[in-house]
Amino acid sequence: MTAEVISELMREHIVKLVASGKRGDGRAPEEIRPLKIQKNYIGTAEGSARVKLGNTDVLVGVKISTGEPYPDTPASGVLTTSVELVPLASPTFESGPPRPEAIELARVVDRGIRETKTVDMSKLVITPGEKVWVVFIDIHALDYDGNLFDAASYGTLSALSCAKMPGKLSGGEDRPLPVDHWPVSVTAAKIRNMIIFDPQLDEERIADARLTVAIDENGDIRAMQKGLSGSFSYDEVRYVISTARRLGNEVRGIIQA
Amino acid sequence: MEDIEHIEKEIQLVDANERRLDGRALDELRPIKIEAGVLRRADGSAHVEWGGNRVLAAVYGPREAHPRHLQNPARALVQCRYNMAPFSVSDRKRPGPDRRSVEISKVTSEAFSAVVFTEQFPRTSVDIFIEVLQADAGTRCAGITAAAVALADAGIPMRDLVTACASGKIAGRVALDLNKEEDNFGDADCPIAIVPRTGEIVLLQMDGHLTEDEFDRAVKLSMGAAQKIYELQKDALRRRYATTALDEAHEHAGVSA
Repeated sequence: MTAEVISELMREHIVKLVASGKRGDGRAPEEIRPLKIQKNYIGTAEGSARVKLGNTDVLVGVKISTGEPYPDTPASGVLTTSVELVPLASPTFESGPPRPEAIELARVVDRGIRETKTVDMSKLVITPGEKVWVVFIDIHALDYDGNLFDAASYGTLSALSCAKMPGKLSGGEDRPLPVDHWPVSVTAAKIRNMIIFDPQLDEERIADARLTVAIDENGDIRAMQKGLSGSFSYDEVRYVISTARRLGNEVRGIIQA
Repeated sequence: MEDIEHIEKEIQLVDANERRLDGRALDELRPIKIEAGVLRRADGSAHVEWGGNRVLAAVYGPREAHPRHLQNPARALVQCRYNMAPFSVSDRKRPGPDRRSVEISKVTSEAFSAVVFTEQFPRTSVDIFIEVLQADAGTRCAGITAAAVALADAGIPMRDLVTACASGKIAGRVALDLNKEEDNFGDADCPIAIVPRTGEIVLLQMDGHLTEDEFDRAVKLSMGAAQKIYELQKDALRRRYATTALDEAHEHAGVSA
């Protein structure tokens, strides 16, 4: 990914806006962009969701097949998460093997899902040590206008929640994928000493630091990831977490609707 | 493989009334919907729904050609990347280009090089990205049809749009626009892309078995269908810019949406 370039004028403009508690698109600092979710968007996937977070557009497809478990976890299904930052989504995305940005994104989303035990992996066993359900989560960025972390997280949870384990592979009926928890990620960006939530592209481009927090349905923290070269104070982190709990609840309601 | 042979015997692609599995006549297209300007960051974009296919195309450029040694001092490069999402097919596709995608990308680039006024933009590249989100046979034709609209949406000077449609042979009969079952169990598939105003063929591929006479009929079917698809492409562009003009008129008149 080549760097996103931004002019000094735009940088100053955004800093001034944020300093006065405003943002380019009229949002409040703690306000996320409108979230639209279309579940079961792809007929060829076992579960899918297209998520629009403002103008950021992400499509998540879940493919489910059967396979062998890993030797060290014979009584557990397999789940993998991949991200493709396809060059259709931005002038700065290039084709080729996944770059560090895509790998970080995939791993952060994966952690949010895995650490929450969103999908109970022990329920994905068909014959212990021999045959288990294998769940592939593929995150396809379509239009990049900032905050892919959250868009990808909402898309993944939505796609998992409507996914079906195909009965033809296990000799039974189609069964819904067991989704037991609802982790929702909320990302904040720090610009100078100000914190805003769900940064859009221009804000993300000038951000000094980024913090993603995954919150479960009990308000507990399930995963965190700090990014970029700036830093957060402890108070700032606590502020981000408490705000993430509130915003996470709103988002969870939209995903579960 | 046994399964497939079994199904092949069972499956009757054309019934006694010359109707196909999905109820179409032999010379009938699947339903096609085209929308222009669907992505925010791309310079031009389009979405095509074509039967069970869903394809997005984005265009970036003319922009500096990378890698630099590819630059042509006399004209622009037209570079295409055709990519299938892992969840777009029934068995998950490994992410990234395979030999088939590379070939399709190449012939698609060549098809568009024939219509873009490349001499106007020396040393640059016009980049076309085609993402197949859901596949149901005929994805390259859907991709080309989408990419042509995306190029026009990006304002790239062209002699004309490019329109593509495949024909083939099923149960011994020449038929237009094969779907997945027909492609799998049919006798031939022949994707064609043309310049609709002149009838020039800019892409032609074929696999299977056609007599000369059958090939003639297949080309005629595709050419006829291309004129219908051409109207849909132009209509998508008109709708896109009709709305823009209307929005701008409203803005000037101080009417809010």
